[in-house]
Amino acid sequence: MSEKYFLHNIGKPESKSLAFYLANQGYSAWEKVVRQWQPAEVIEEVKKSGLRGRGGAGFPTGMKWSFVPRDSEKPKYLVCNADESEPGTFKDRYLVEHEPHMLLEGIAIASYAINAHSAYIYIRGEFAHGAQVLEEAIAEAEAKNLLGEKILGSSYDLQVTVHRGAGAYICGEETGLLESLEGKRGWPRLKPPFPAVVGAFKSPTVVNNVETLANLPLIFTRGAEWFAAIGPNPKNTGPKLYCVSGHVNRPGLYEFPMGKNLKELIYEECGGIRGGKKLKAVIPGGSSVPVLRADQIDVSMDYEALAEAGSMLGSAGVIVLDEDACMVNALYNLERFYAHESCGQCTPCREGTTWMVKILKRLEMGGGRPEDLPLLEDIARHINFRTICPLGDAAAMPAASFLKQFRDEFAAHAELGRCPQRR
Amino acid sequence: MSIAFSATAQKRVEKLLGHYPDKEAALLQVLHIARAEFKTITPEVMEYIAGLLGLSPLQVMDVVSFYTLYPRQEEGRYVIQVCATLSCALLGAESLVDHLEEKLGIKVGGTTPDKKFTLKKVECLGSCGTAPVMQINDDYYENLTVEKIDDILAKLP
Repeated sequence: MSEKYFLHNIGKPESKSLAFYLANQGYSAWEKVVRQWQPAEVIEEVKKSGLRGRGGAGFPTGMKWSFVPRDSEKPKYLVCNADESEPGTFKDRYLVEHEPHMLLEGIAIASYAINAHSAYIYIRGEFAHGAQVLEEAIAEAEAKNLLGEKILGSSYDLQVTVHRGAGAYICGEETGLLESLEGKRGWPRLKPPFPAVVGAFKSPTVVNNVETLANLPLIFTRGAEWFAAIGPNPKNTGPKLYCVSGHVNRPGLYEFPMGKNLKELIYEECGGIRGGKKLKAVIPGGSSVPVLRADQIDVSMDYEALAEAGSMLGSAGVIVLDEDACMVNALYNLERFYAHESCGQCTPCREGTTWMVKILKRLEMGGGRPEDLPLLEDIARHINFRTICPLGDAAAMPAASFLKQFRDEFAAHAELGRCPQRR
Repeated sequence: MSIAFSATAQKRVEKLLGHYPDKEAALLQVLHIARAEFKTITPEVMEYIAGLLGLSPLQVMDVVSFYTLYPRQEEGRYVIQVCATLSCALLGAESLVDHLEEKLGIKVGGTTPDKKFTLKKVECLGSCGTAPVMQINDDYYENLTVEKIDDILAKLP
């Protein structure tokens, strides 16, 4: 059993209090950083740690920070992305509700590194309880001068604000999030300019995921070298949260070093498939990544190994489907999600997702025909990489991969005109 | 009839404004406060908020209509949102929706005549490890079964 750094307090409701966090060396990293470190040194240390963004894209965190122009006279902003909405993903909610001070300490370190004096936590609207926990944690930290003005006797000020979203998957996309933070519709922006240069309120901004930020106290307590030694290789370092849902005996949140073997995760940690059934498919990184067949899961859950296997680590939201699951129905479900969440800005995504839903519905419910298969592939191809933001790709990738990996099942639906499991 | 925030809500709005470089940025948060105060975001509420933040009513409407959490129609005292996305669907969310429709005597999107319950089918609530799940107002209910749902609803005053 490997040591836990995020989930070590499961079953202790007091873990969210400042007193508990302080009694367990909480904020010691922040105290050290704000008193002794220069911002540029903080960025270097994070680069050395190899930490990559845990929101899904896996971009090196230290490098992202280094894109913020240091000489700019504009204010800088740090935004924590807590808009956790990728189907299959439920790790950030745990951290927000149970380890809010770990997150705040990470936010403080990141803000200091980029010289931001305002930080926003953009939390999805449905997480009302989490928002309340954060508000209370911020008040506690301010009362102890861990946040606020002239923090711990230094000259550094930081105001942290909880900003609730209002129900829109697209606001998890960083530029959609920034629009929403500014009080607008969450319509993603064309890049460049990137948020590091023109972000929130036309100022340099870094957007980091909750889990990414929660790693920072660890890096500054134990050191970048210690952190970099965890994981399968220098490109995939540190501890990682894995979310497992669907047809397993023990679904839930798990913590292991980066690079956990997917097969072990499902069969050993999660107790295998429910009801002694056989495994059919696994979506390893949240609903947007390509699906794997049962014979492809003996793979290290790291960015490169999963890419080589034809999928992505994404948010490490593992969705498991057993032999009875209908892949056409599963894809119909996912495309309905993307059609609902498409913001409507780009025609290929707005129209394409709706068309895919229509076609999948008839393949599943009745009225499907053989030419629907190439038609679906054609639509997916014309959405992919043709939209402002990656939601289009996120809708196209499952369609293309489901059709490729489970061709026979789609063909059987087309042949019969409906799902063979439906009467 | 003109509307206005309570004194407490007004204080919250004032405090909020100190957290943003401009008033417009506070709009989503002010709308959350409005939802708590007025339940429904009517055109009148939108106009009121527009006045508070120096925006046009159309700007407020533009935002309200984009998001799912600002109800423009009156809803029941308890808004039941059943997650229907993949992980919940794999574990029977659809049959839970059927059960709720039958039990409450309404269709998805409907409100009971006594205005107690509104039933909605929603996309991923971010609690897939404890699927199937639903949210009633601000609270999550997880690992649901038909029996559990009956029990939960029976306990709501």
